[in-house]
Amino acid sequence: MSKSNFTRRGVLKTGAVAGAGVALPTIFTAQSASASGYTNEPTGSNVTLGFNVPQTGPYADEGNDELLAQQLAVEHLNGMGDGGCLNTFTSKALKGNGILGKKVDFVTGDTQTKSDAARASAKTMIEKDGAIMINGGSSSGVAVAVQGLCQEAGVIFMAGLTHSNDTTGKDRKANGFRHFFNAYMSAAALAPVLAKELGADRRAYHLTADYTWGWTQEESIVASTEAMGWETVNAVKTPLASTDFSSYIAPVLNSGADVLVLNHYGGNMVNSLTNAVQFGLLDKLVNGKDFKIVVPLYSELMAAGAGENIKGVLGSMNYNWQLDNEGSRAFVKSFGEKYGKPPSNSAQTCYAQVLLYADACERAGTFNPCGVVEALEGFEFDGLGNGSTLYRAEDHQCFKDVLVVRGAQNPTNQYDTLEIVEVTPAAQVTYPPNHPMFGGDEASLGECNKGA
Amino acid sequence: MDAILLQILNGLDKGSAYALIALGLTLIFGTLGVVNFAHGALFMLGAFCAVTLSKLLQLSFVTIDATKKDFLGNPLKVETPYVEAWFGPEIGASIIDWAVPLSILLAIPVMIAVGLIMERGLIKHFYKREHADQILVTFGLAIVLQEVIKYYFGANPIQTPPPDALTGVANLGAWFGFDLPYPIWRIVYFSFAALVIFGVFAFLQFTTFGMVVRAGMADRETVGLLGINIDRRFTIMFAIAAAVAGLAGVMYAPINPPNYHMGMDFLVLSFVVVVVGGMGSLPGAVAAGFLLGILESFASTTWATTTIPGINQIIIYVVAIIVLLTRPRGLMGRKGVMED
Amino acid sequence: MLGLNNKKDFTLLLVVAALTLLAPFVLNPFPSDSAMAQFNAGYPDLMQRFVIFGIFAVGFNILFGLTGYLSFGHAAFLGVGSYASVWMFKLLSYNIVPAILLAVVMASIFALLIGYVSLRRSGIYFSILTLAFAQMSFALAYSVLSNPKFNLTNGETGLQVYANDPQVFHRAGLPDVPHLFGLSMRSTYTMDVGAWSFSFNVGYYISAIVLLLVFYLAIRIFRSPFGMMLRAIKSNQTRMSYTGLNPRPYTLAAFVISGAYAGLAGGLMAAMDPLAGAERMQWTASGEVVLMTILGGTGTLIGPILGAGFIKYFENIFSKINDTVLHQWFAFMPDGMEDFMVFVIKPFVGKGWNLTLGIMFMLVVIFLPGGLVEGGQRLGKWIKNRGKSKDSPAKTEPAE
Repeated sequence: MSKSNFTRRGVLKTGAVAGAGVALPTIFTAQSASASGYTNEPTGSNVTLGFNVPQTGPYADEGNDELLAQQLAVEHLNGMGDGGCLNTFTSKALKGNGILGKKVDFVTGDTQTKSDAARASAKTMIEKDGAIMINGGSSSGVAVAVQGLCQEAGVIFMAGLTHSNDTTGKDRKANGFRHFFNAYMSAAALAPVLAKELGADRRAYHLTADYTWGWTQEESIVASTEAMGWETVNAVKTPLASTDFSSYIAPVLNSGADVLVLNHYGGNMVNSLTNAVQFGLLDKLVNGKDFKIVVPLYSELMAAGAGENIKGVLGSMNYNWQLDNEGSRAFVKSFGEKYGKPPSNSAQTCYAQVLLYADACERAGTFNPCGVVEALEGFEFDGLGNGSTLYRAEDHQCFKDVLVVRGAQNPTNQYDTLEIVEVTPAAQVTYPPNHPMFGGDEASLGECNKGA
Repeated sequence: MDAILLQILNGLDKGSAYALIALGLTLIFGTLGVVNFAHGALFMLGAFCAVTLSKLLQLSFVTIDATKKDFLGNPLKVETPYVEAWFGPEIGASIIDWAVPLSILLAIPVMIAVGLIMERGLIKHFYKREHADQILVTFGLAIVLQEVIKYYFGANPIQTPPPDALTGVANLGAWFGFDLPYPIWRIVYFSFAALVIFGVFAFLQFTTFGMVVRAGMADRETVGLLGINIDRRFTIMFAIAAAVAGLAGVMYAPINPPNYHMGMDFLVLSFVVVVVGGMGSLPGAVAAGFLLGILESFASTTWATTTIPGINQIIIYVVAIIVLLTRPRGLMGRKGVMED
Repeated sequence: MLGLNNKKDFTLLLVVAALTLLAPFVLNPFPSDSAMAQFNAGYPDLMQRFVIFGIFAVGFNILFGLTGYLSFGHAAFLGVGSYASVWMFKLLSYNIVPAILLAVVMASIFALLIGYVSLRRSGIYFSILTLAFAQMSFALAYSVLSNPKFNLTNGETGLQVYANDPQVFHRAGLPDVPHLFGLSMRSTYTMDVGAWSFSFNVGYYISAIVLLLVFYLAIRIFRSPFGMMLRAIKSNQTRMSYTGLNPRPYTLAAFVISGAYAGLAGGLMAAMDPLAGAERMQWTASGEVVLMTILGGTGTLIGPILGAGFIKYFENIFSKINDTVLHQWFAFMPDGMEDFMVFVIKPFVGKGWNLTLGIMFMLVVIFLPGGLVEGGQRLGKWIKNRGKSKDSPAKTEPAE
């Protein structure tokens, strides 16, 4: 295996220049470079996938959940376990004998939820372990950074949990795909439900995490709620490093707002919601209406962290294990029996992506990233848990139903803390690929890169 | 007007946590001359005392309720806490409800023990070493403590609610005829912090033990020459500092759900607080803690952030820079102590 | 030789040169198919990191090791260097020469400004001042300086090159990745020898040559009258002032030099991987270089490089050992035994790599007060003294 973007002659020259005195003894036989067609072409009987998830830092638990799901997917691909969604997937290319007859191996890495560390870890997997694709992750900054790297290196990247519009918007890349939904979709799905449940004449106050993802979500939610008649009273940016939000919550009390939108994720969201409930916002009556809190992006782990405080709070999700369709049931059964808990929505994303990648390789008949890209573009399928799904060719964003959920009033166990309010059909959250929030006409995927 | 009062309250509240951690830090520095990077981790350990106790109280036995189903469609396992079985459902439930305040009883002995073990087992050997070595070893310890907690409790924050009676909002302005709602637990936290700070000062000021410690801080050698075993007293002070950080953590748990890295979030800020207050000055640490808390609260108002974008992110550092450049020994540092 | 009067210094330089130039062999001792291949570190990305962080730490040591001024904000200079380089890539071309030059210049200017203010104080006050400046830079880079109207840093994602950037000197024949006059940083020559596989990467060798140059420079600084002056500041600043010497210009010079080293490291990082993330400037990153220096041996020449390698090795190798790998290792044992071994080791690897790192920090600082260098010296002494009287006191001397 040789990773080089040079001809043999060029490489030898390079070696001579860079080696600076390291004479290469002739007894070493150099394997001919660029004989392989693309980066990390699998030559043996195995193929290696790279799972790059946060294992340290605040999102370590979420990363762990993703890792469990990916391990399960590998088991199913290799024909072990109960096969999970292989039985329900509408594409029947996968037979449980690995991918293209090669046994699936995987390597894992730690993104630390930092762009730099995530790129280092992905590079390690590509350079050292020969990973043919990178899957997973838990932040948009990381997703965009690693997606750029995979584009340059010539491997496929499938983002894990990334909700920013940019990932498949202005930062879209030919080698990258996203199964997760985005801020625009959250807003489009939430707005009608908010109008129905809270009325069309609400006054909203936004608290927004002060970085790229927070801004795109605020922009999306403000646009779609204002379109249905809401007024935005104020939108305040909060530093990512904040741990206590009391000084941001207190001004909400006298602002005349009757809805608080928390554009926060993870620890920020757990703390800001806890603080908002502490300040009694949910017990207040403003403008003759009950005060409400909206958390546009929910996750199971955040719900667990926020505990009782999420009761009645509305939000959206990419997937929930309570979703009742054939694929979802098969996945939840498989995951639940192996790990003793239902899967989170990021776990489902990572699981589905591994199967989708494998399936695309089978259908393309090659691991060549350009072949895989071609097989995935415009691919329509069902049976992986989200219902009918489309991978759009123009921006590599996946379109499927979006769930609007609410914190359950009376959960019966620690896992059904969220209840599904509405399943918003994909058509309602679809937008044109050149939408201004997604980079407009300038955004382009570029060429697919097969590396080597 | 009430908006300003609210931000002052918020500032006092944040400041309470800063002040309690900084108090311990400066106490350790003033007595032992040790820079303790594990102090944030001690705060975190305190918070996890509360988590542990509430988990212990909720230890349950399992009965199977065939009428309900769990997420896989199997019969639901119903968990009943032992405490409820022993004391009856009502008393049991209220014991669980009061887990956080009860944790104080757990945290004091645990944190004193942790402090004593840490001082005797590790810090003792670093009195004479360079500050850099002290930083490295205590930072290593902080990582180890964090990772141990992460191993057992996970990385996700764990909600630790206050007792029902102390949740909700109290209207502080009611007596004065205006509206000033503030969360009850935050008022409890501030009062508790004030009590602990007062306790530490009274202990140092009015007991013989405290007098000796203060004398030792001023001139360790002379006190030693008087035949007093100052080392043992300083060890006890280290344990007290650990307990103060732990108590700050216990009571902080209901304000923001604890996670394993919360100590690191406070560590840097507490160091800034200590330095702004003046190294080794106890009143300085407390005053600077409250001052920076209040400034931070005001900097995060819309008015401030629109005037100077990003001021809420940097205010503490700006203040630290200004104070250090204009008043090198900090707000209340004694002249000649650590001053250049 | 080379202006190095001390034979020891020359030997040290030769050792470092040999180690860096032969790193692809040295770091890949295990056949690539064996179970131990997990511990191989001889792949381009990690080797680049070793030398780049080595440069960073060597520079930091010029300030901390010689003058004793403990800066907690050096990562800011590294970050500034990275941002400057990526901006050069965006505006001019992917050629690394202007990028690295600007990185060094910008970092030096930053260091001059911050150093001028911070050096008015010493001791822990100086540390807190540098920390404050660095944290401010990080907070601003992460959010305020990445707003859509004035996007200097691209915030959370990190600054990167887009297809629609000007790149005025970019020509069709040049590679679309950072390059040195057409020689791509990415190009790697892989050599297979039996079961072993070694990679020679252009980016790595360029970084390695830079490391050797700046290491040589560091030796010269350590041995120069200027270096003596810096040591004098560490040992007794007051006495120095009484002799009529003003220590401030010397410390400021040391501060700027070490800032320039950090900027160089940042520029090289961007050259190896054209993305600059704000996390590079966070206090934890500043803390990391402090730890590297102390861990390796403060004030020694080679210590910081060892410390940098040590920490990066843990971060990249130990974090990748997962359950599956552990089960493979112990597959030869009976089932119960295998599970037990995996259970015992698991907390320390994979997602627990931080724990191992923390324990190593403590062990090194407790048992080897002089850092890894002292460990090496003790080992050397032990080997020399084998067979002689066994309780000759282990005297330590600085390994300069």
